[in-house]
Amino acid sequence: MATPASTPAPAPENAVVKWIDQRLPIFEFVRHHLKDYPTPRNLNYLWNFGSIAGVMLVVMIVTGVMLAMQYTAHVDLAFDSVERIMREVNYGWLLRYLHMNGGSFFFLAIYIHLFRGMYYGSYKAPREILWWLGLIILVLMMMTAFTGYVLPWGQMSYWAATVITNLFSAIPWVGDSVVTWLWGGFSVDNPTLNRFYALHYLLPFMIFAVVFVHLWALHTVKSNNPLGVEPKTRQDTIPFHPYYTAKDFFGFGMFFLVYLAIVFFAPNLFSEPDNYIPANSLVTPPHIVPEWYFLPYYAILRSIPDKLLGVIAMFGSILILFFLPWLDRSKIKSGKFRPIFKQLFWLLVADSIVLGWVGGNRPDELFYSVSFLTIGRVATAYYFGHFLVLLPAIASIEKPKPVPESISAAVGAKSKD
Amino acid sequence: MAETAAKTDEPGETRRDFLYLATTAVGVAGAVAALWPFIDSMNPAADIRALSSTEVDLSPVAVGQRITAKWRGKPVFIDHRTPEEIKRAEQDDNADLRDPEKDQARVKKPEWLVVIGICTHLGCVPLGQKPTDPRGEWAGWFCPCHGSAYDTSGRIRKGPAPRNLAVPLYEFTADNMITIG
Repeated sequence: MATPASTPAPAPENAVVKWIDQRLPIFEFVRHHLKDYPTPRNLNYLWNFGSIAGVMLVVMIVTGVMLAMQYTAHVDLAFDSVERIMREVNYGWLLRYLHMNGGSFFFLAIYIHLFRGMYYGSYKAPREILWWLGLIILVLMMMTAFTGYVLPWGQMSYWAATVITNLFSAIPWVGDSVVTWLWGGFSVDNPTLNRFYALHYLLPFMIFAVVFVHLWALHTVKSNNPLGVEPKTRQDTIPFHPYYTAKDFFGFGMFFLVYLAIVFFAPNLFSEPDNYIPANSLVTPPHIVPEWYFLPYYAILRSIPDKLLGVIAMFGSILILFFLPWLDRSKIKSGKFRPIFKQLFWLLVADSIVLGWVGGNRPDELFYSVSFLTIGRVATAYYFGHFLVLLPAIASIEKPKPVPESISAAVGAKSKD
Repeated sequence: MAETAAKTDEPGETRRDFLYLATTAVGVAGAVAALWPFIDSMNPAADIRALSSTEVDLSPVAVGQRITAKWRGKPVFIDHRTPEEIKRAEQDDNADLRDPEKDQARVKKPEWLVVIGICTHLGCVPLGQKPTDPRGEWAGWFCPCHGSAYDTSGRIRKGPAPRNLAVPLYEFTADNMITIG
């Protein structure tokens, strides 16, 4: 792991701590990574969302384990067992609403975390692997969210499972066999529900493991910061505890204020009423939409008229992010000093929101005489254009603003103003 | 491997190199073969495969009526077609079709159309089984998910679906009785 912080760790005073540390240096590990870890002194509140996402993972695992003790993964019993959790189990409604909305807020934290990394160039050398690990966590989260959405076995659960598994039928030659294999039958049925439950329980622990490796990489290359200038001297950093533990806990409080407001006052805000109708394999609901955090990908899928190419574009929209460290050729990390990049960044955020809005509407519907299909096509083209054309192109034409020499120099200049 | 060879006294490839390669190859092949039971366990089990045929009695179905049977968990549309519907389907045999197929090739008896009621796009169940349902421009079926329209032979005419509604394996076991599967 990383070399010790600049201050030499004092020898532990407690004899028990000393005895344990000599055999397994767990106290030293905690001190090194959670207390002394030298953190840039200029992190803003956007740097809270990594630890917020970590807390959400814990909330999801704890509520999920409690729900698993009451849930039954069988097509005849699943829907009723969820209703039983809502009506009969002590605080079952609270556990389920925390879990259901927790998914939304976990994705919210992750998306802010991801866009923060994009704006401040946190994917650039030497943080490429850190960035990849984050994207792997995102993909695992998407798999977890999808398998979890199927478990209540309502109409939306069933048809989400049908439509998403059918995406794989677009694979040439073996597509249909792959779909049958995913289903364990000839349609989405009991074997499908059972395996999705097994995977929904397994995947969060895989996420947990990748989070650990993500933090390992983070503590090796150290945190980026709003200036994108690497710390050089001790004046540039402060110990993680108590400075950032305090700041993080304040962030948890603010985030939970919003999360719990939704849980208690609008618990069904993000869900579709159709999912309170038991699954029926013979009737498709008239308007199928995924959860809000999948809407942009859904819009990309539908904007391409060819089935296979649509599926490729949808997966490509995530895959392309793995190449971001090389598509952005600018040596300057922070968007703060990049006048053109800064504007393109906000256009990309707007484009993602437009894609989400399109994904929530039927493609044939009109918005001021323009069909959502057309808007979706333009927004999809812009999304890929941003990464494949604009981002590589601006590196050579953009004139960056002067970058400060060090974090302490910039912070010092600011406090003199 | 190359390093090992370089460190030995004899120049070039040695007997030991061959043994390493052969052992590794057998090991890898064995590991891959051992994976198969795990992968195949997720395929349809014997009891699910055994439920693969359904009998349907057609005698109560009036001319012009459509019913839905369930086969392997999937809806099967059975349409007792009117002479006009049959005529319309046959007239369109030479129309500009995305997945060209003659109506004759899609039925065993012209008055009975039997197709799997699953849109070939992403697996939704098209509307059109009830007389009040929208049936699309070609009076067959209309998929509400992404707007695919099928004709009275279940052929794709418009929208994102790539293929016609599939015709399942079935046979007439009596005049008014079919076995699907």
